[in-house]
Amino acid sequence: MKKVYIYKRFERFWHWSQASLIIFLMITGFEVHDTIHVFGFNNAVMYHRIAAYLLLGLIVFAIFWHFTTGEWHQYVPTAKKLKDQIRYYTIGIFRGGPHPTKKTALHKMNPLQVLTYLGFKLILIPIVVITGVLYMFHKHIDQNSIIVISSIPLSTIAIWHTFGAFLLVTFLVIHVYMTTTGETLTSNLKAMITGYEEFEAGEKEKIKTKSKSKKGDESFATG
Amino acid sequence: MSKKMSGRMARNILLVFLYTIIGLLAINLFHKEEEPNLKLESLRNKYAIKDSSSVDHSKFTELQKEFKSPQEVTLACLECHNETHKEIMASSHWNWERASYIEGRGIKSIGKKNIINNFCIGTEGNEQACSKCHIGYGMTGDQYDFNNKKNVDCMVCHDQSDEYIKGSAMAGYPARNVNLKKVARSVGNPTKSNCGACHFNGGGGNNVKHGDLETGTLGCTREVDVHMAGNGMDLECVDCHQTRHHNITGQLYSVSSNNINRATCEECHTTTPHMSELLNTHTAKVSCQACHIPVFAKVNATKMEWDWSQAGKLKDGKPYFEEDSMGNHSYMSIKGRFRWEKNVKPEYVWFNGNAKHYLLGDTIDDTKVVVLNQLLGSHDDPESKIIPVKVHRGNQIYDKKYKILIQPKLWAPNKGDSAYWKDFDWNKAAAAGMKTIGLPYSGEYGFVKTAMYWPVNHMVSPKEKSLSCSACHNRTDSRLAALTDFYLPGRDGHDLLDQIGKITIFMAIIGVIIHGAARIFSSLKLEQEEKRNGGSDN
Repeated sequence: MKKVYIYKRFERFWHWSQASLIIFLMITGFEVHDTIHVFGFNNAVMYHRIAAYLLLGLIVFAIFWHFTTGEWHQYVPTAKKLKDQIRYYTIGIFRGGPHPTKKTALHKMNPLQVLTYLGFKLILIPIVVITGVLYMFHKHIDQNSIIVISSIPLSTIAIWHTFGAFLLVTFLVIHVYMTTTGETLTSNLKAMITGYEEFEAGEKEKIKTKSKSKKGDESFATG
Repeated sequence: MSKKMSGRMARNILLVFLYTIIGLLAINLFHKEEEPNLKLESLRNKYAIKDSSSVDHSKFTELQKEFKSPQEVTLACLECHNETHKEIMASSHWNWERASYIEGRGIKSIGKKNIINNFCIGTEGNEQACSKCHIGYGMTGDQYDFNNKKNVDCMVCHDQSDEYIKGSAMAGYPARNVNLKKVARSVGNPTKSNCGACHFNGGGGNNVKHGDLETGTLGCTREVDVHMAGNGMDLECVDCHQTRHHNITGQLYSVSSNNINRATCEECHTTTPHMSELLNTHTAKVSCQACHIPVFAKVNATKMEWDWSQAGKLKDGKPYFEEDSMGNHSYMSIKGRFRWEKNVKPEYVWFNGNAKHYLLGDTIDDTKVVVLNQLLGSHDDPESKIIPVKVHRGNQIYDKKYKILIQPKLWAPNKGDSAYWKDFDWNKAAAAGMKTIGLPYSGEYGFVKTAMYWPVNHMVSPKEKSLSCSACHNRTDSRLAALTDFYLPGRDGHDLLDQIGKITIFMAIIGVIIHGAARIFSSLKLEQEEKRNGGSDN
């Protein structure tokens, strides 16, 4: 067994807080949409707002982290091995074939994941966040003359926000399932908790990385 | 090894510390002690002190005599208050009309004098009876002298002896047994029972018209009305309907049409009365009444429907009546069939303070419900708010040929005078009534469905009983289901999007289940194959 250090501490913190916030926002959000009943409408509205502000704060940190650490490079899309990856999920996985790409600290995502998470970060999250902020500040002129965003009808904002929410739930379902497609059923999940992913001994492939010299045993699997 | 251990320990301690802080922050954010609403406290303090009168009328020598007529009382009042009659004569309580701008019609003089309703329909031709609620004496017909100061009825509003009562069909004169001396010496600021004499009993009985103003509000509990409650602030009408020079604030939209001189909740409670910012933003579009008056007619039932077409049935040639389970008249030969309701959920409309009215002679579309007083407003109008209303639905007489509503003659002292309540002949009543108002009658009458909108402003519930968010913000039985010109979170959504969204999530779940099942199946198969291969190797 070899251990590879893939997810750094902030990354794990960010992932799990974002996950819990988004799930909480889903529950409260669909309660505001009157699809489910958990907290009661008024509590749901209040919780949804508080969680929204927390998520906004987290997103600011995450953006900062991505740029200062250069992690954003991970999300540069590539067509290389993309076909192989799709082939793996549709055919290879049923034949016990090997993963076409290997995880390392520098390439923690396969090309399909890169595309998915890039879409998640650049399209899906912006849709929900922007419509969400517009929703929160969509107020009418009242005697206090608070902020007025009434030129965009609330229905448009709400429909886009709901659209994003449905996509997020769909994403969540597939995302949770896909975590089971790692080396073992739980290896991806463990990696996101501990930071380390375990590989079967005898992995032969060697991937050049700088971190190898820095942290010998923590970097990645070697033959 | 020990170094690694202590490093992990430090990390764990740090994590516990971090989560404790997050936990404490969360508790602080999600749990808040209710703060006292100081605005409300200061209002309570202000109105806890009741005014006492600066003069005692019982000691005035002018009032120490026996009065032969109510006019003599008025003249006695005018000896000191020698200009006050001018204020009265400028009021619509006296004139029964006022100049109003009506949308699309220009400036019209409208009021009780000439507006048609769907209760007893109208006063014209029936003044002798209707003037029981006129603050004057001697209105027997449409030739009333509105400039005679002797006929101003001071007592009906200012009597504090509970002695004064106007006689039935006595043209506004007091009942004969009223002790005028006692009344005159008792006068003071009007109280609820003064105003209620007319405003509780309009339409021929208690709570017939308003639904939120009735004798049940006298000495009521806070559950009925927080403002008027005997065990609450016990406010008088004029505490809110502030009055200067006999000009009483407040509009009754059965006869009023303009957004002026109104009495509003906001005057005391401001536009930001809640401790919650989110609730305060509602006040831009939602009236206070909409949430704080969840039901009206809490003590006694109110009339919701009035079908005049059923009137005129007689038993042994005599008029009769029937009662419903609550003891209210459900049928009267003279008036037709009624439906009463108690603890009524209001309907809701947009309202900007202005109303349109059916004016005498207006042609109607008899295939539709004729709205007699349309409350104006819409979501896009910044002046409009959602208000609760009592909608009174009628079925009343109209001219089938000329397509106009008919003002029938209902009351007369004797039979044979064309009055419906004596002769039960719609044709004669219609002809006589229309002659009085100077409009033609074709001789063909029918009955048309009408609706009247009565804004509900009283019977404010304690805050614990006010509507919860989900009363409106819900998909299946929102109280605002009828107001469809805006997007209401919780009530509205995009049906197609919701369907597609649900299907997408469902498909994703099915997809991963199939994919997962296929993986399990194929791995089992692979294992078997390996076993078989392994076996053959040996």
